[in-house]
Amino acid sequence: MYKNIIASSVLHLGIILIATMSLPFITKKPIELPPIISVELIQIMDKTNIPYAPKAKKIIQDVKKKEEQKLVSEQAPPKKVKKEKPDAIPLPDQKTEKIKEIEEKKQNPETIENEVKQVSEFEKDEIFDPDSIAALIDKSKEEIAESSKKSKLVTQSDDKTMNLSGLTLSEEDALKAQIFGCWSIPLGLPYNENLLVRIKLKLKPDGTVTKTEILDHARMNMPGQGFFKVLAESALRAIQLCQPLRVPTTGYERWKDMQLNFDAREMLEG
Amino acid sequence: MMKKFKTIILLFLLILLPSKAFSLIEVDITRGNLNPLPIAVSPLATDSDSASSLNSELNIKNLGLEISKVVENNLRTSGLFNPLNKDAFLQKPDIAHLKPRFEDWALIKAQALITGKVILKEEKLRVEFRLWDVLAAKEMMALAFTTVPKNWRRVGHIITDKVYERLTGEKGYFDTRIIYVSEKGPKTQRVKKLAIMDQDGHNTKYLTLGNELVLTPRFNPTNQMVTYLSYFRNLPRVYLLDIETGIQEVVGDFPGMTFAPRFSPDGKKIIMSFAKDGNSDIYTMDLENRVVERITNHPSIDTSPSYSPDGKYITFNSDRSGYQQIYVMKNDGTNVKRVSFGKGLYGTPVWSPRGDLIAFTKLHKGKFYIGVMRKDGKGERLLTENYYQEAPSWSPNGRVLIFYRETKSNKKGEGFSAKLWSIDLTGYNERLVETETDASDPSWSSLLSN
Repeated sequence: MYKNIIASSVLHLGIILIATMSLPFITKKPIELPPIISVELIQIMDKTNIPYAPKAKKIIQDVKKKEEQKLVSEQAPPKKVKKEKPDAIPLPDQKTEKIKEIEEKKQNPETIENEVKQVSEFEKDEIFDPDSIAALIDKSKEEIAESSKKSKLVTQSDDKTMNLSGLTLSEEDALKAQIFGCWSIPLGLPYNENLLVRIKLKLKPDGTVTKTEILDHARMNMPGQGFFKVLAESALRAIQLCQPLRVPTTGYERWKDMQLNFDAREMLEG
Repeated sequence: MMKKFKTIILLFLLILLPSKAFSLIEVDITRGNLNPLPIAVSPLATDSDSASSLNSELNIKNLGLEISKVVENNLRTSGLFNPLNKDAFLQKPDIAHLKPRFEDWALIKAQALITGKVILKEEKLRVEFRLWDVLAAKEMMALAFTTVPKNWRRVGHIITDKVYERLTGEKGYFDTRIIYVSEKGPKTQRVKKLAIMDQDGHNTKYLTLGNELVLTPRFNPTNQMVTYLSYFRNLPRVYLLDIETGIQEVVGDFPGMTFAPRFSPDGKKIIMSFAKDGNSDIYTMDLENRVVERITNHPSIDTSPSYSPDGKYITFNSDRSGYQQIYVMKNDGTNVKRVSFGKGLYGTPVWSPRGDLIAFTKLHKGKFYIGVMRKDGKGERLLTENYYQEAPSWSPNGRVLIFYRETKSNKKGEGFSAKLWSIDLTGYNERLVETETDASDPSWSSLLSN
């Protein structure tokens, strides 16, 4: 009797279990996965740079060439990479020294060699292939591994990329929009004349202007060029009025010297 | 030897090493705002002695304040400046004239500041003024004038001209006068007199009595002479009038109807049209020897001639294409070219003193427009539209046009009015020019002081 009851309850339990666990899956269709969309990550800074001056362009090309060479050398033994590194990237003197400093501190040949190698790889990724996701992943790994060294290294690598760039489009637009609002164009100017005033600025990190210099200063007092003086003064007023300028929050080194080209032709020809 | 060579190579390499890879960031500013420039016109400081004697002579309590109001009004009507409310000024006029506290003026958002001083010395009025750049905290200009006290309004105009030129880069137009036809009475019996006033509507004087009908007065661009038409025995005659002396003379009797006389840019000739045997053509007359020369010879109606500022070209309107359009030709009548090709009728072309534009009146679909086009006819811009308006005349700097506008009358002839209006080249700054009576046919003089 007992046996029958046990057998019956075991069977019932078994059926209930099967019903709750597996029955829904029998009719369920396989999940339809959406088609994979490949996304290409592009760093905006490269695309929205203002045009380089020819001289700067050359320097940048040189730097890029050297970087390519360095990329090839990545596959070479780590020791060589380590040696080439300081020569490979032209940096402002200060920065080369910084790198050397780090190396000197850590040059404890055999034991720290690996670490040095890692550091150099990280830097390469930052400089050479900023778009690649792999590099970003590497970076995040290293961030965990080398959190203590991170801050120093990031500023260095940041500086290196900044060497190769101007303001991004949005940074430039913000600045332009601000100055557009401040610049009252003298309406009486002869619009068929050369109405370009170039002003060089020295800026503080907060965007206040410490020095302004009109590049074609000689034109100010030339006979028949009275309108240039009027235009230059209006441009200076605009800069004064706009202070502090809407500059990017980072990369002071990049924009501490800036040139504004005030051109009234478009507006006056209207 | 080898060591030296090595060091030289090393040095060479060091030089080659790029020291800085930063490129100077350049940002192009190609747009600005066209908002009026905020300017503070401080009352001109007057010492108590000068103030009391000026009060007894001119019956004006505070002449310094009055002059500053003239300047302020001129600047405001130009549309390019925004004179700030005097109540907001923190610094006293006399101290501000010596050394302004720029922070105070910047606080009320002034970008430029005018200060000055009025002194009466030996019955002569001496007015000093300074223009300051508030943002750069420096003086831009300082000048002084001496004149008879009665001329105080002109001093205000001259100050405005100087400030305007310094801040906009083009000559001003404030120390000028406007001649026009003053009109009174119902439309059917209008009394028309020749009148002259300052460009701001003050100091109106009537030059004729109103016995004869007067039409189309025009200033000589080089001096204070006027040419106009007046009817004599039902025929219009061309007159010359010297405003300073009041002497007027008939230029000559021409057979048939004469229209729209106007001076050449050097003031030595008059160009006009007159109808001979039912055909209107353009003629010039040398004022020295009174020799008349025929410029156009065409069976159509050619009228309203106006010289280019260099005197080499003439613009006029003609219906030789079937409709009234604007033409340009050389000053000897050759090389006639049609320049207006828009829809409607074009008339009264006037060449700008700057030489780049021609102002005109256009009639299209029952409405009148005042507009400008380039001398080749391109870039036509209509500045204002109304029921009836015509006769644009340029300010001496070629930036503002003055014209007259009539309102419709009812069947009884009531409600009719004719007023002077001005508009600048932007088309936004349209203003009524106050006159004592109704007014038409304005003409702007050149600058009285250069």
